[in-house]
Amino acid sequence: MLYLCLVHFDDKDVFSRLSEAEKRELDINSLGYDTELAASGNLVRAQALQPPETAVLVRVRDGRISATDGPFLETKEQLGGFILIEARDLNDAIRIAAGIPLARHGTIEVRPVYQIPRHDEATAS
Amino acid sequence: MTSQASIEAVWRTESRRVLATLIRLLRDFDRAEEALNDAFLAAAEQWPRQGIPANPRAWLVSAGRFKAIDRIRRKARFDVVAAELALEEEAQMPPEAETIADDQLRLIFVCCHPEVPADARIAMTLRETCGLTTEEIAAAFLARPTTIAQRIVRAKNRIRDLELPYEVPEPQDLAERLDAVLRTIYLIFNEGYAASHGDSLLRADLCAEAIRLARLLIALLADPDAEVEGLLALMLLQHSRRDARTDAAGDVVLIADQDRRLWDRAEIAEGVALVGRLMAGRELTAYGIEAAIAAQHAVAAAPQATNWGEIVRLYDLLLRADASPIVSLNRAVAIAMRDGPEIGLAEIDAIRQGGVLGEFRYLHAARADLLRRLGRNEEARAAYVAALELTHQAAEQRFLEGRLRELSLPSP
Repeated sequence: MLYLCLVHFDDKDVFSRLSEAEKRELDINSLGYDTELAASGNLVRAQALQPPETAVLVRVRDGRISATDGPFLETKEQLGGFILIEARDLNDAIRIAAGIPLARHGTIEVRPVYQIPRHDEATAS
Repeated sequence: MTSQASIEAVWRTESRRVLATLIRLLRDFDRAEEALNDAFLAAAEQWPRQGIPANPRAWLVSAGRFKAIDRIRRKARFDVVAAELALEEEAQMPPEAETIADDQLRLIFVCCHPEVPADARIAMTLRETCGLTTEEIAAAFLARPTTIAQRIVRAKNRIRDLELPYEVPEPQDLAERLDAVLRTIYLIFNEGYAASHGDSLLRADLCAEAIRLARLLIALLADPDAEVEGLLALMLLQHSRRDARTDAAGDVVLIADQDRRLWDRAEIAEGVALVGRLMAGRELTAYGIEAAIAAQHAVAAAPQATNWGEIVRLYDLLLRADASPIVSLNRAVAIAMRDGPEIGLAEIDAIRQGGVLGEFRYLHAARADLLRRLGRNEEARAAYVAALELTHQAAEQRFLEGRLRELSLPSP
């Protein structure tokens, strides 16, 4: 089954509190964990994200595109990256999420992937 | 040629055994699960080229252990304990056949450890020993997967924090520890047999898992145990009626109205044979006596052929082994069948005055039935209403509502 592990940080000061050496180690460990998950067949895709200030919010209403500055929600929690994994079940996904190095600094939200049901196209048209 | 299908077949038969051994070798559930995953990944790579090894289980255990040591080594510069563990594990010899059997027992005993909360024992046993996924367990218990997942996480933390030993209990502790295991198996069975919530009365998969677990336990234990065999016999005899207990619409069919041709003869034969052996043995256990009662029903060719005298005698015996009000209630129903509803009703009312079963739906349902048979319709109706209020299970609700409707009809 597919699970999306969303990496949230409690606040944006998380990184400024880390020393340069600690940041370096975190980077090495994060990339190392991705490699490990790839080797164990669990990794589908992993990516860190640029800070929320870089986000643009896109909506289409009445055929008009609007683009506004992000982030979407004013919360203390920020989305910092994601890892899409293949795991046997929810507890297997939790085990993998617990191994993400950033789990020690933030919170990993584990969400099972929803398979959109395929509807008969003939009736849709 | 080794196909994907044959590796999956090995997963089904071997993965839980390999996991059990890896937990012992690596002393950690999560690390073992990771290693199990790695071992099967290696198998998927190597077996198609090299063929399935002669002993796939041993191959998987050593592949898993090798991969785990490899991981630990890579992390070892951060973690002194892990480094020590890696060195120590390297010195260990490959596992023998009997240690693998013991590992499965160790796994069952740790999942059902009295220090693990009872609801977590069920989830742990079904996931770690039977190989069900968290989502499957949640579906079977009509719980949310997140609830089951958290139970399992907490149970594993508890096992780690309390350093619960991964071992088969010493002979002096075996009876008590086995008791917790059997209770867990029986709870799994009961949830399948008479689901407490939801739309359908039966979830036969859980019953089948419980029966499989009891068989596994019997195969693994060094000495035959009357209690485990009694539980197996009881579950087989109850399970044998599964196809007759509900009709096509999923409604309850009482034992007296069941089509006995639908009862599973093979399970009855096995259960009855076990009961015969157990009742001839020196040690009578509560499960064994309950199985003997179930056997009396199973061997009766028709409801009126049921030997209620023998059933009451067995309940008397059971009361001595397990003096619970529920046993008294069942005994009262058997007495009603032997001596008539009036005498049975007096027995039930005596239990009711004891006060403990006031919230037990089957007490009210049994009382209602006897009152109905005595023609005391007003009182019967009140008792059915009381039973209905305590019932959260759709098929049982429909049954009680049907009885209530019948009572509301004018007498012919």
